[in-house]
Amino acid sequence: MSLASVVIVGAGQAGFQVATSLRQAGYDGRISLIGDEPGLPYQRPPLSKAYLLGKIGATNLLFRPEKFYTEQRIELRHDRVTAIDRQNRRVLLEGGEALTYDHLVLATGAHNRPLPVPGAELDGVFGIKTMADADTLAPLAKQARNVVVIGAGFIGLEFAAVAASMGSSVHVLELGDRPMARAVSREMSELFSQAHRRWGVHLDFRQGLTRVIGDNGRVTGVETSDGRTLAADLVVFGIGVIPNVQLASEAGLDIANGIKVDANLLTSDLHISAIGDVACFPCLQNDEQPTRLESVQNAVDQGRTVAARLMGKPAPYSALPWFWTDQGDMKLQIAGLSSGYDSTVVVGSMGSAQVSVLCFRGDQLIAVESCNRPGDHMAARKILARPPQLSPTEAAATDFDLKAWEAANRD
Amino acid sequence: MPTLTLIEHNGTVHQVTGEIGQSVMQAAMFASVPGIQGDCGGACSCATCHAYVDDQWQVRMPEAESTEADMLEYAVGRRATSRLTCQLVMSEALDGLVLHLPESQY
Ligand SMILES: Cc1cc2nc3c(=O)[nH]c(=O)nc-3n(C[C@H](O)[C@H](O)[C@H](O)COP(=O)(O)OP(=O)(O)OC[C@H]3O[C@@H](n4cnc5c(N)ncnc54)[C@H](O)[C@@H]3O)c2cc1C
Ligand code: FES
Repeated sequence: MSLASVVIVGAGQAGFQVATSLRQAGYDGRISLIGDEPGLPYQRPPLSKAYLLGKIGATNLLFRPEKFYTEQRIELRHDRVTAIDRQNRRVLLEGGEALTYDHLVLATGAHNRPLPVPGAELDGVFGIKTMADADTLAPLAKQARNVVVIGAGFIGLEFAAVAASMGSSVHVLELGDRPMARAVSREMSELFSQAHRRWGVHLDFRQGLTRVIGDNGRVTGVETSDGRTLAADLVVFGIGVIPNVQLASEAGLDIANGIKVDANLLTSDLHISAIGDVACFPCLQNDEQPTRLESVQNAVDQGRTVAARLMGKPAPYSALPWFWTDQGDMKLQIAGLSSGYDSTVVVGSMGSAQVSVLCFRGDQLIAVESCNRPGDHMAARKILARPPQLSPTEAAATDFDLKAWEAANRD
Repeated sequence: MPTLTLIEHNGTVHQVTGEIGQSVMQAAMFASVPGIQGDCGGACSCATCHAYVDDQWQVRMPEAESTEADMLEYAVGRRATSRLTCQLVMSEALDGLVLHLPESQY
């Protein structure tokens, strides 16, 4: 299959990766990478952590400098794709142009779920998605005295840790009964609850808000579901994301909590792939259930998989999901997917905050969550890369060591 | 500005100039040197920015912190001279540093 032109919509983590991997694999045709954000493609993870703390500057968020795109003949366009004309295999740009493709990759990511209460539009109420968001937020975070965070997911908690370290009084409202509930075990939630409390963060579970209160257009507080008023000069919410499927759905592609793709990451149109936060794929580590993941690993590995396929090396996507989050002095690294676990084994001591939680479904190890135990995380990635033979009984033995087990059970 | 020499596994030599405070991984990426992937963007979470310090330099290197050391245990093709380049910060002290890139990161 010879492709003269690949068009990529979305110049984020996944779009950048597919472009780069295509060139690395020797693709010689035209690559157009279209993104609607200003500036050069950049990474998002530091936006809610190191970048806000001023530990890394804007240049160091960039994947590559400008000359890379020229050298690699990756046509980076700052524009918005407004429609896909599948019949004529072209995309229409807001700027008025049309670009034809032999293959189209949709890497449009996701946008923050908006805060569904009155007052959400007030100044000082933020979601964190883009560099522009972080740039506006950073100076406010430094000055803020009372911060309310809505949602105890990864981004909310990362920001809570940052704000607490800057000396703000931080209050987190979470509808669920524990932090990061969608992604980690109860034990790991508990470890992070303890840590945040240690940093002075106030965690309020089973608690929503009814409105954001303001004065002269600026936020001054929030009203909680149980009727209290909390003072706030800054409100940051992280209550999940909504995949950017509009283009795909208007073009008639199958949609199911994201753009539906098969094991090869192809959409219902053979000339269109979808990857990254927007793609809903049959996930091997989730019983091949349609799954949408929001992580750097997923964006990068899916980008590589599509590039390889376009270069004549198709393979079903099977990469092991892994993820990290940095909060205060705690580095949590997760290998595998823990959803549906029914038992756990804790390795290490909760008191020392150097802990790995092994999550099992029946006798099957499905995920390992490691806090400040990077060696365990890397061992777990090896163990989980093939059907793991580690049983809960074995793991529960006194002095069990994951790295040692991995070393002893290598091929 | 400190200069680095990065040698690919096939012998190709790259001279890279980086800014003080930038990581070696970033300097290498910005110079489009192949052989450093840096999937996690420098969060010390992926071990795909692995490189070998040249023998001449080994004694002069700052010691790896525990996270880096732990991650390195599992880097593909690990040796005594292995480092994660996202954890090496460019400084005058590292001016002239010579690194060899592993074959696995292509
Ligand atoms: C604050 C924050 C912290 C994070 N921390 C971590 C972390 O610690 N670890 C981790 O693994 N993951 C983390 N993530 C998640 C990770 O960044 C995402 O999973 C990843 O960026 C997804 O890549 P993507 O390319 O699918 O989407 P994105 O990177 O979001 O890129 C999509 C791009 O497409 C553009 N676009 C959309 N529609 C159009 C259109 N019609 N025309 C043109 N352009 C369009 C968007 O504007 C956007 O720039 C974090 C995310 C955020 C926001
Ligand atoms: S870039 Fe990921 S560990 Fe260095």
